[in-house]
Amino acid sequence: MSHDHDRVHDELALRAAALEAVLVEKGLLTTDQIDAIVERYERDLGPQNGARVVARAWVDADYRERLLADGAAAIDELGYGGFEGDTMVVVENTPDVHNVVVCTLCSCYPWPVLGLPPTWYKSPAYRARVVAEPRSVLREFGLEVPSERTIRVWDSTSEVRYLVLPERPPGTEGMDEERLAALVTRDSMIGTGVPSLPA
Amino acid sequence: MSGADPVLVSPGTPAAPPRANGELVFTEPWESRAFGVAVALHDAGVVDFEEFRARLIGEIDEWEGSHPPEDDGYRYYERWLTALERTLLAERIVDPASLEAAREAIAHDWEHDHRH
Repeated sequence: MSHDHDRVHDELALRAAALEAVLVEKGLLTTDQIDAIVERYERDLGPQNGARVVARAWVDADYRERLLADGAAAIDELGYGGFEGDTMVVVENTPDVHNVVVCTLCSCYPWPVLGLPPTWYKSPAYRARVVAEPRSVLREFGLEVPSERTIRVWDSTSEVRYLVLPERPPGTEGMDEERLAALVTRDSMIGTGVPSLPA
Repeated sequence: MSGADPVLVSPGTPAAPPRANGELVFTEPWESRAFGVAVALHDAGVVDFEEFRARLIGEIDEWEGSHPPEDDGYRYYERWLTALERTLLAERIVDPASLEAAREAIAHDWEHDHRH
């Protein structure tokens, strides 16, 4: 079993290495460029960026309005613009509506604010099922959305990426932005979770 | 009208604050190379990312159309790599012969490394 796994990955690793070698040989890119991109996506881009956007929206009503009106521009104010984040729509959770994001066709995801998507986000099962039966899928994530609350499912495309603005948890009234940002989980910005409660 | 707050059903659900390195972005090293190559080619203006994305969507659709839903052999970055290869071949940015030659040379090197 694990032997098969190794063989499949050896084969894929070989294809990836061959492609890279040919492109480097042709002078179309360098190994350093690829290293820098990988490092940036592994280290710098991630949900910690989105968490700061959410925390700002929680403490600053004007910012929240700008964020809901033009997501990309407001996110850019905090310095998190860039590739795959050109058109951002921020959808706000309210006592009546819970939002959840998917990309049914592939894996579109707001890279500048959330980094690269987790494996489950790219899986055929999540992509098909969250549209058909969002409430049970969210339950499998451990999230019970009350039946009177509408669930809206947003399908990302190459043109539009979505970010969920979760509700600010109760008991956080005196907290500053930094402490608030620490409560904002990745899943709460996809809609498969909610922010952590203050310890 | 407004309901109760959504709650996390199981208190044990991990809800750690997001960190840069909180989770592995790539599960195998080759996945990060395939990802990095595609983004580098976009940055360099060599590949139109929308064309690549359209091929990626096609690859995913094809896989899903030819495998039952319970098949757990789906590997996202395998579809990504295949879409990238096909984009580069279709645009004649790389040719099949040099790809094959590079592959053989690398396979030979790796085999050599494994023997020692």
